[in-house]
Amino acid sequence: MAHALTADGEVVIAAPVPLKPHFVTTTLAVETMHCGNCLRTVETALAAVPGVQSARVNLSARRVAILSESATTSPEKFVAALASRGFKASILAPQVLAPVVDRGADLLRRLGVAGFAAANIMLLSVSVWSGHGGDMTASQQSVFHWLSALIALPAVAYAGQPFFASARQALSAGRLNMDVPISLGVTLATAMSLFQTLRGSEQVYFDAAVTLLFFLLLGRVLDQNVRVRAASAAENLLGRRTVTATRISPDGSWGSIAIIDITPGMKLQIAAGEQIPVDGCLLAATASLDDSIVTGESAPRFAVAGDVVHAGTIALSGPFHIEAAAAAADSLISEIARLMQTAEQARGRYVRLADRAAQVYAPAVHILGALTFVGWMLAGAGWESALTAAIAVLIITCPCALALAVPVVQVVATARLFRDGIVLKESDALERLAEVDTVVLDKTGTLTLGRPELCAAAEISDAIVSRAAGLALGSRHPYALAVVREAERRRIMPLPLADVRECAGAGLEATHDGRTLRLGSSAFCRVQHETDVGVSLWFVDGDTAPMVLHVSDVLRSDAAAVVATLSRDGYAVELLSGDAGPSVASAAHAAGIRRWSAQQRPEQKIERIHALAGAGHKVLMVGDGLNDAPALAAGHAAVSPSSAADISQMAADAVFQGERLKPVITCLRVAKAARRRALENFAIAIGYNALFVPLAMAGRVTPLIAAIAMSVSSIAVTLNALRLARMTTDVAP
Amino acid sequence: MTALAWLVPAALALGGLALAAFLWSLGNAQYDDLDGAGWRALDDVPPPADQPETPS
Repeated sequence: MAHALTADGEVVIAAPVPLKPHFVTTTLAVETMHCGNCLRTVETALAAVPGVQSARVNLSARRVAILSESATTSPEKFVAALASRGFKASILAPQVLAPVVDRGADLLRRLGVAGFAAANIMLLSVSVWSGHGGDMTASQQSVFHWLSALIALPAVAYAGQPFFASARQALSAGRLNMDVPISLGVTLATAMSLFQTLRGSEQVYFDAAVTLLFFLLLGRVLDQNVRVRAASAAENLLGRRTVTATRISPDGSWGSIAIIDITPGMKLQIAAGEQIPVDGCLLAATASLDDSIVTGESAPRFAVAGDVVHAGTIALSGPFHIEAAAAAADSLISEIARLMQTAEQARGRYVRLADRAAQVYAPAVHILGALTFVGWMLAGAGWESALTAAIAVLIITCPCALALAVPVVQVVATARLFRDGIVLKESDALERLAEVDTVVLDKTGTLTLGRPELCAAAEISDAIVSRAAGLALGSRHPYALAVVREAERRRIMPLPLADVRECAGAGLEATHDGRTLRLGSSAFCRVQHETDVGVSLWFVDGDTAPMVLHVSDVLRSDAAAVVATLSRDGYAVELLSGDAGPSVASAAHAAGIRRWSAQQRPEQKIERIHALAGAGHKVLMVGDGLNDAPALAAGHAAVSPSSAADISQMAADAVFQGERLKPVITCLRVAKAARRRALENFAIAIGYNALFVPLAMAGRVTPLIAAIAMSVSSIAVTLNALRLARMTTDVAP
Repeated sequence: MTALAWLVPAALALGGLALAAFLWSLGNAQYDDLDGAGWRALDDVPPPADQPETPS
């Protein structure tokens, strides 16, 4: 739940790779690039930094690679250059990027080879099939078969590697996975075809073997794409944590220090808008702090010298000094990270749909093949025709459509969500989201916008808003920002005021036309009798009576509609908040949530989620604060807004953008639809088996039938998955 | 049928050419940023001439 004021320059981790003695490549993640304009702005802004050789944006990955002279540039300068153009950038540790990308390129290369082989062998096979009844002689047929063999053997050997390797791995571990029947089917089809070619027979399955590989690799490439996208979204987030702080040495000099190197007793300088890196105590006389990310408490906290400040808290006033009381590893933020790790273990045990299908399918296929062989032997056929029939069964049951069934659906669903500003971070997130039956929401920053807004503002005249905004421009306090936003909304120019003085913890003051204007607490504005209990801001103009400006953290505009839609869709909705009782109660009432609990600490949130899980519920946790991170990790699935604390975004399966809560519904609906499509696809694949396996067992499958069956089922599965792209997810008013 | 003697090799050669082109484009990082490439095609600003190639 970041305030706008913390939006820029959140980061810094530096790990540049030396390329030449004096050149380094730095990779930045810039999540807010969306179009060609952003691309050019980012590239020109970086190229203008002295010492930069080139800057190249990768829009798909939302990253930019900068080649620069190591002596004169630093990653922090690039981040600052982008921040000045309004882009939030973070520096990525480069060693994590390479392996995933290489694997994708490797699969694509194999797909290309398989595609080339499949097309050319099909060309030859079709000639043979259409020549059967016509004028093709046996010798010409044999030449075509040999040509096919010549293309197929190296292609299968090369393109089949990923499957063979995975099957070998599974077998040596004593398990069966989907790649075992795939490898068996492809190898046997190729070997038998080679044998038949040597004998000069008509039944050659080279085309089936290679086409199979082509479709299977297609599934792998799609699956890989989803994983890479998820992984890069996660990495872009990981890079975004604050990793350096400003240290003031005993001799009074300033310097940058990595957070992990901070030891208790160090003096640190915190600028306004910065996140406090470690637990410590306040040295300055006063400071205004935003604790909401830690406790969920929405009202800003006013701290005085000696008060404890927690890691993760955002400074609203500043700069001020703190003395570190704990090392980073012992700070509250790390405590939360530890809670998260333990909570996350449960999710690691999730078995994906495709793997569950493989556990049933692989043995079934092998038993069918064996039964066919034994059956034909018992029926008195020779071992050769018995083996041919058994191999035909294995070719037909080679789980081509099955291997495509889930990846195609995932790719289409991921793209569908991406279009609505939802980024999936885990590749199995969709499957887990589809199983959810309970939605647990956090209040501050999730159900609400997480920033205070003026409410009942219509009663306040434009003139007053203009003056108040003129004062408010002088501060970064969230209440002041709320006043400025109200002025922007009404398209009013804030009154230009010469010297606005900020009295820490009290308010703002300026002189205009000989009158004193004040904006701040009731005491600061000299309110005689305070009638309002709630959080409020006062404005006074000279000697006139003080005016109250009510401020509260307003609900997201569609919160009530989303809760209503969730309930109608059959989800149980619950509110768990760290905030105080009355404000949670009023938010729950306004959003129409009947079950709520207030003042929940992170452990209590986990407990509640475990209790729900123990009662057989699958919980979707939606939250944003640091205090929600462990609960996010504990939930069966988790979603967080893109304004959430970085650690929470890391714990979430999906991150959504925008000021509306509707993406939660979109996630759930698309996930459910995706699971339905995946199951339908399984049904199509199994239905096709039910149709052709008896034919194969009876020894009646010709290469032509095998080729048609294979392609038709794969295409049917793909088309079925594409239906997801057109899906709409409207929220009831 | 004698036409097959050169038609089949010709078909294979053309297919092989396409495969070679694909592998080249893959190795040449043409597929690394599909979104960005689309936008760059619309960009009227000529690339700065003084920008040197990646030193190696």
